[in-house]
Amino acid sequence: MFRFLLGKLLYLVPTFLGITIIAFSFVRVLPGDPVLLMAGERGITPERHAELSAQLGFDKPVWAQYFDFLGRLMQGDFGNSIVTKKPVLAEFLTLFPATVELGLVAILIATLVGVPVGVLAAIKRGSWFDQISMTGALVGFSMPIFWWGLLLIIFFSGILQWTPVSGRISLLYFFPQVTGFMLIDSLLSGQKGAFLSAAQHLILPAVVLATIPLAVIARQTRSAMLEVMGEDYVRTAKAKGMPTRRVVGVHALRNAMIPVITTIGLQIGVLMAGAILTETIFSWPGIGKWMIDSISRRDYPVVQSGLLLIAALVMVVNLLVDLTYGLINPRIRHK
Amino acid sequence: MNILTRSLIAASAIALGAAVPAMAKTFVYCSEASPEGFDPAPYTSGTTFDASAHPVFNRLVEFKKGTTEIEPGLAESWEISADGLEYTFHLRKGVKWQSNEKFTPTRDFNADDVIFSFDRQGNKDNPWHQYIAGITYEYYTSMEMPSLIKEVVKVDDNTVKIVLTRPEAPFLADIAMSFASIVSKEFADALEKAGTKEDFNNLPIGTGPFKFVAYQKDAVIRYQKNPDYWGEAPKIDDLVFAITPDAAVRLQKLKAGECHLMPYPAPADVAAIKADNNLKVDEQAGLNVAYLAYNTTVAPFDNPKVRKALNMAMNKQAIIDAVFQGAGQVAKNPIPPTMWSYNDAIQDDPYDPEAAKKMLEEEGVKDLSMKVWAMPVQRPYMPNARRTAELIQEDFAKVGVKVEIVSYEWGEYLKKSMEAGRDGAVILGWTGDNGDPDNFLSVLLSCAAAGEGGANRAFWCNKDFSDLLAKAKQSSDVAERTKLYEEAQVIFKDQAPWATLGHSTQYVPMSNKVSGFVMSPLGDFTFETVDIAE
Repeated sequence: MFRFLLGKLLYLVPTFLGITIIAFSFVRVLPGDPVLLMAGERGITPERHAELSAQLGFDKPVWAQYFDFLGRLMQGDFGNSIVTKKPVLAEFLTLFPATVELGLVAILIATLVGVPVGVLAAIKRGSWFDQISMTGALVGFSMPIFWWGLLLIIFFSGILQWTPVSGRISLLYFFPQVTGFMLIDSLLSGQKGAFLSAAQHLILPAVVLATIPLAVIARQTRSAMLEVMGEDYVRTAKAKGMPTRRVVGVHALRNAMIPVITTIGLQIGVLMAGAILTETIFSWPGIGKWMIDSISRRDYPVVQSGLLLIAALVMVVNLLVDLTYGLINPRIRHK
Repeated sequence: MNILTRSLIAASAIALGAAVPAMAKTFVYCSEASPEGFDPAPYTSGTTFDASAHPVFNRLVEFKKGTTEIEPGLAESWEISADGLEYTFHLRKGVKWQSNEKFTPTRDFNADDVIFSFDRQGNKDNPWHQYIAGITYEYYTSMEMPSLIKEVVKVDDNTVKIVLTRPEAPFLADIAMSFASIVSKEFADALEKAGTKEDFNNLPIGTGPFKFVAYQKDAVIRYQKNPDYWGEAPKIDDLVFAITPDAAVRLQKLKAGECHLMPYPAPADVAAIKADNNLKVDEQAGLNVAYLAYNTTVAPFDNPKVRKALNMAMNKQAIIDAVFQGAGQVAKNPIPPTMWSYNDAIQDDPYDPEAAKKMLEEEGVKDLSMKVWAMPVQRPYMPNARRTAELIQEDFAKVGVKVEIVSYEWGEYLKKSMEAGRDGAVILGWTGDNGDPDNFLSVLLSCAAAGEGGANRAFWCNKDFSDLLAKAKQSSDVAERTKLYEEAQVIFKDQAPWATLGHSTQYVPMSNKVSGFVMSPLGDFTFETVDIAE
């Protein structure tokens, strides 16, 4: 197990270096100059432009800027935003819990709904349930998130008035942020109704963000189950006269879960992409919206360090998924 | 979380309704973006000023609500010397600074604060010039304050003299702008002592109608009524900004009662908002202009008759109808009709393709093909430049001029469109900073702005026109200035360096319960006069 873990960890080093290069170059490959964008229609004299560029360190050759970036990174310095002038890491940490909260609830919804739907569709292969759920999954998979979010807002918040339109909690509640997770902080605040309000605000964005992962998980579970259900040990179990519930639950599902867990792990990347749109539409103060704002302003330090932090996070999650596998399936651990 | 925020939060939690719901009036504004910071001087965006300069701070002189006229602010009165070089401001007495957990003022506002507010921006040796690494004062710089202000002198505790290097008529309008907000020297000293200078940008202390309470990044900003405000006290107790970037979602929030007022509705939604019984819409002509700037240094566009002919080939009303969806009006002058000195006697070039074709033939222009630049972004003065360019393309085709539409990323567009010898005519626009005609005419059309770093994208340099502007800038007599600017507009129309396209209309939807909101021609959102019916 230790060698397995060490191998995985060593693998992260070159990946991480690769990511620093990609994160650094990505925003510089885009046309556009942050100094010009700040000046806007007014224009800026070449002298002032040079002065500001020098102040931001953009006058150095690109490779020197990269090594500066890497050097400061080694000391834990992620740089300062050129728009807000605040440390990138501090901004990331402020916004990150909101994204995690939204992402966790979304992945929970996607798993809790997706896995049973997939299992049921597999067992009742060809039935109307299978047909409808798999068509639904296809639609869900191809759903344009922005449009979908707005549609749900108009229907559930506008017409039915069941849910609030946007934000994380009703503005009536105001308490210190302890953990940054609104569900937890609202409980800690002890204010009556705060938790309910936070939960109500979370429902729609979480459903929207869960849509694509849910579709993927349901389809993946179905096909994994179908494969496993054809295996000899399942046939044996059935032949022994074991009740279907036990055959599915104990023998089939556990083995079918391995590719499903990989899929769930891979959905973290999908969640990050979805978070950008979901956070924008629901005015959710997370890192997705932060990245989009920073890209459009060409806020180089925020984009490069932000991408790096997000990538590092995805790597860690994938590592955890690999480890979970080892727990579920001893064959992988011992290979 | 520091003690300050904690206790403020606790205080506001009570004020915000947990304990006494009926007592506090909370006004919620669905703002469109996050402020960059809370010190007004280093930033240039209206969003930031709406969150900092307007609720929390004051200037020496202020724009009278709903106008671009100047009225007394922290200065009760002022005198301008005969040569126009010395401005003596008599400061208001008894103006209290706000307080927070980190800072309790020991003295009222005085001359030291005024000197500090200007010196920290203009003087590189001031320890507060770079209180955050990488901070710059772009508005101070671009309004030419470094070369304009010779010195700021304390006459006594309640009198300050600003000495200029040259007479500058728009100076009072300049210092009514957000960047010239007066900040507390005593607060700065206290932070310096505590070693937390950056809090100057996080926990603003001002003299304005509202006190800053807390900001949760990208989500919510909270303010409380300033009980010691020197002016008329706000009618609401709490002011909350709910940051909501998407226009469609803002509208849903307004409809659901989650906010009272929103900026920048999508033009397509305005009709539906007007039809809604629970909502109302204020509207006003924006202080802006959209234009098509020819490159007047390149043949055949160096010939004013050719430019005029092209202007006559353009159906501008069609652009207002299709692109602005009616939310605007055709422009005939480079300044908007709400601005003083607007010359209404000027006749716009008629839309007449036949005459335009003939004029082009007379000037020997045949088989002309040209580029039209369409900017890639939506701006307050131009909802869709691409669509505008397409309409121009169709119009020009009718007079035998072939148009190729080009576009670049926004930053590139701004840069390339100012490069000498640029190929093609550029769609762009301008929103006024301070309501002074000079802020349009000099910035966009003077000889000085035609060079690198300027914003004269027609590269048009007309000596008579520029001389008029220079003369107007030196006079402090508004009647005289008006005459000069009116004359300048005649030259502009005759020489046609631009096709003036339109002035957009601005809409502010709000709940029916809201009263007292005053739209600002400068596009500011301020709330000290608003009230909400229970």
